[in-house]
Amino acid sequence: MAETLLAALSALLSFEHLLYMLLGVSVGLVIGVIPGLGGIAGLSLLIPFLYGMDEISALAMLIGLVAVIPTSDTFSSVLMGIPGSSASQATVQDGFPLARQGQAARALSAAFISSMFGGIFGAIVLTGFVLVARPLILMFSSAELFMLALFGLSMVAVLAGRSLPKGLAACAVGLLIGSIGGAPATGEFRMILGFDYLYDGIPLVIIGLGLFAIPEISDLLRRNAAISSSPPLGAGWLMGFRDWWANIWLSMRCSGIGCMIGAIPGLGGSVVDWIAYGHAVQTCKNPETFGKGDIRGVVAPESANNAMQGGALLPTMLFGIPGSGSMAVFLGGMVLLGIEPGPAMVGADLNITYSVIWSLAVANIMGAGICLLLALPISRLTQIPFQLLAPFMIALIAFAAFQATRDLADLVALLSLGLLGVFMKRFGWPRPALLIGYVLAPQAETFFYQALQFYDWGFVARPGVIIIGLLTLASVVFGLRRRVDDTGHVVSADADLPEGEGGVKSRLPQLAFALAIAGVFVFALSDALGHSFLGAVFPGAVAVIGLVMSAILVPELWRGHRGHVSHFDAELTGDHVGQPGIGSLWGGLAWIGGLVAGTALVGFFLAMIGFFAVFLRVRAGAGWLRTGVLTACAAGFVLVLANALALNFPAGLLQDLVDLPWPFR
Amino acid sequence: MTNIFTLTRRGALSLALGAAAALGMTAPAQAEVSFAGKTIEWIIPFSAGGGSDTWARFNAPLLQKYLPGNPVVVVVNEPGGGSTKGTNLFAARAKPDGLTILGTSGSTQFPYLLGDPRVRYEYKDWKIAMAGPTGGVVYTSPKLGLEKPEDIAKLAGQKLVYASQGATSLDLVPLLGLRLLGLDVQHVFGFKGRGDGRLAFERGETNIDYQTSSAYLKNVVPLVEAGQAVPLFSWGALNEAGDLVRDPTFPDLPHFGEAYQLMTGKAPEGPDYEAYFAFFTAGFPAQKMVFLPKDTSDEIVAAYQAAFEAMKADPDYIANAEAVLGTYGQVTGALADALFEKGTSISPENRQRVVDLLAADYGVKLGD
Repeated sequence: MAETLLAALSALLSFEHLLYMLLGVSVGLVIGVIPGLGGIAGLSLLIPFLYGMDEISALAMLIGLVAVIPTSDTFSSVLMGIPGSSASQATVQDGFPLARQGQAARALSAAFISSMFGGIFGAIVLTGFVLVARPLILMFSSAELFMLALFGLSMVAVLAGRSLPKGLAACAVGLLIGSIGGAPATGEFRMILGFDYLYDGIPLVIIGLGLFAIPEISDLLRRNAAISSSPPLGAGWLMGFRDWWANIWLSMRCSGIGCMIGAIPGLGGSVVDWIAYGHAVQTCKNPETFGKGDIRGVVAPESANNAMQGGALLPTMLFGIPGSGSMAVFLGGMVLLGIEPGPAMVGADLNITYSVIWSLAVANIMGAGICLLLALPISRLTQIPFQLLAPFMIALIAFAAFQATRDLADLVALLSLGLLGVFMKRFGWPRPALLIGYVLAPQAETFFYQALQFYDWGFVARPGVIIIGLLTLASVVFGLRRRVDDTGHVVSADADLPEGEGGVKSRLPQLAFALAIAGVFVFALSDALGHSFLGAVFPGAVAVIGLVMSAILVPELWRGHRGHVSHFDAELTGDHVGQPGIGSLWGGLAWIGGLVAGTALVGFFLAMIGFFAVFLRVRAGAGWLRTGVLTACAAGFVLVLANALALNFPAGLLQDLVDLPWPFR
Repeated sequence: MTNIFTLTRRGALSLALGAAAALGMTAPAQAEVSFAGKTIEWIIPFSAGGGSDTWARFNAPLLQKYLPGNPVVVVVNEPGGGSTKGTNLFAARAKPDGLTILGTSGSTQFPYLLGDPRVRYEYKDWKIAMAGPTGGVVYTSPKLGLEKPEDIAKLAGQKLVYASQGATSLDLVPLLGLRLLGLDVQHVFGFKGRGDGRLAFERGETNIDYQTSSAYLKNVVPLVEAGQAVPLFSWGALNEAGDLVRDPTFPDLPHFGEAYQLMTGKAPEGPDYEAYFAFFTAGFPAQKMVFLPKDTSDEIVAAYQAAFEAMKADPDYIANAEAVLGTYGQVTGALADALFEKGTSISPENRQRVVDLLAADYGVKLGD
């Protein structure tokens, strides 16, 4: 084994192989930086070039790409508060507040070093683990997987925010959104409202961008200022390293968690960052600073998400079961190279396995090194007035959103979830709770149903189930004690309020939103009643829990004393209230809505050009020359990317009437 | 001297032969069809990374090499609606100029055969360029008391569990097939793929399973050798007359029809078998198909068929075909026509039988 290991390493360390890896790493870094684009898009870019390449070079290139996406996606999470890919949603929680305080370079450096450590940790674990992993992976049956889904849901306890009913109701909304579309047990289509689009459910990228990116963009646009409210605090490089070193045990624990969750097939890595984040909050001293710019909230998820990629390679290579969307494409690439996953990967093809593992380690070092070099220049973006950045961000997230199904409906879904996200942010509803519910809904439902089918209720007595159950219980108990509170003041900082400000009248908007959410639960319940028992029981039960939470929340909002924990409306008590030059809450949404409406009329590409020109002239007040140059840059960039991805833009009315050449088609 | 001369002449000869062969391949189409400087969009109604996407990406560069004029061939993923969205798009938009082609899979054929309301495409409008058959082997756990395929009758009356991707997915074929054999099978739904299902078998949660040929060879044969699985039968293959024959990859295994005979003592027939046969054909022998739009000229269709035939001699094709395609060659011409016909036809009565069965026993509603 040691011989194979060394042979694989020396084969990899040839100039040619490293060059291909660097190519993969570079593409991965670029893809990771662009919000919403993840491994699937990156691998699709590279796969056409696999033809005629030797196995090791090709694998080095593909691994290089997969390995560094969770490294570079940190840029937009920290700098813009927009998750660069689903792997770094949790990084936003503390990374973005740090950037707002002018500590972007510090946060980025700590993140990259954590990422590198996590990636290498993953590779080391993989080296030892790959030979014995098969029986271990087979120990996780549907019953244990269901419990792991519950364990994931237990993180809601930490992330529920100040008001528990609100947090649980948000989680219930997520669980319901996650169960839109075909029921796992019967294939019945639930809550589709007659839209073809909803048959498959709403894609994760839309949820992530809608909930996190759009509210952030709207908020930044209102303030008309640069992202960072204070000047940058030095290079931050060394400080980032020291931050990581001070939390090395946390980083190691989170790498272990990431690796394990990646290795278990069927769980998917989409919540690994939240689980690591929750773990950090549950176990660290002084948890009250989380959510307000605590560096540990950056170290934890970033250690975990790179380690997860290593873990996720295990089921992909040993069983041919991809743990995530990007692993599915990686698997396709392996097959195109003539490598078939299976038991042979730890037998006759062990050299391939080890060259993959070594590639993973080397790529993580390359990726983190490049990112560290770029951290300082890129963090200057936070000093640019946001109205010049905004059209790029809006166009990019729209571009990323329609990667999901390449349809106008993707953009409409993005806008709708953006609206939900803006309201949730305004009224202090925890968006991470919704996201976790959304991601884990299909898993919880499917594995519960399967466990019952295979083992009946006896599954609760399985040792694995009991162990994970106890962990879950501990997680809930610890979590409830140490809830992250990242919402602002409950009452206005201003002590002497004008008469009547604290009255129920001022709470009407948040009351209306809570009632609208209760309406969602009523709708879900009535939809569930129209289905067979197996199709209805999960969404029905969730809707009932949601209604109970609403029944607690609504009276609290209606009658609760001033300053009650459930009361929150950023429009009354946020930092921006009363400051001059604050725009309307709806400005950002209106611009995005304009882009979507334009797309419906003339197709995405033309609409985007028009959007840029109008936005820069009207909103940013740029001159004609600047508008022209920036618009051309954006159009060129999107064209290059779309061409490389073999992508047709969503069409509008115009395209239905006239036959146009690409890219207008 | 003579020696050298002979060598050179041989070299020249082979060169000339090669050129002639290359010309010959494109000869029928050469008169009018050339895609020089054009880009061909190959619509795959699935997301990147799946089986159909890999299949198309394997074929695309070869198609580019052998189509007249060497156009650029790009794979365009249009996923959604269980592949109905991209296929609807092709049906509505593609022009008969040979520049847009569609790759379908069993998951595209099944909603069509079942009358899914999302289907707005008609197979019979299109021209087939190529069909890619696939096969699979059903195996079971030795704990049920079997040692060899001939013991299949021992399964009667035993409680079987199968890990299914869903009643209207490709796993409809084992659902109908095992039912036809009179076996008592509990189908547990919600699995993400056949690999996922194999894992459940290895964990001992299920005791009957099938894998497509290449996955079977790579992952199940080691289990058979270790005494942890017993092969039962292959689904079988179709010949040009449309008859069920043994799968050439597994000549020693009985095909489904033979297994039926072992179980019941008679050859399969009747409406239930016809219904099964339609879905079996759409799911296995005619699983992958490449189509040109309605009203495409015969010259263009011929150019595509010639290209798909010519690529089979390419070293790149030979090197990776088995990993991507399983052990089956891609076919054109009469056999492709036969597979196309059988894989996209079902009588209204048989369709109703299957829809009623799914609704009554598995609670499946095909949308509204």
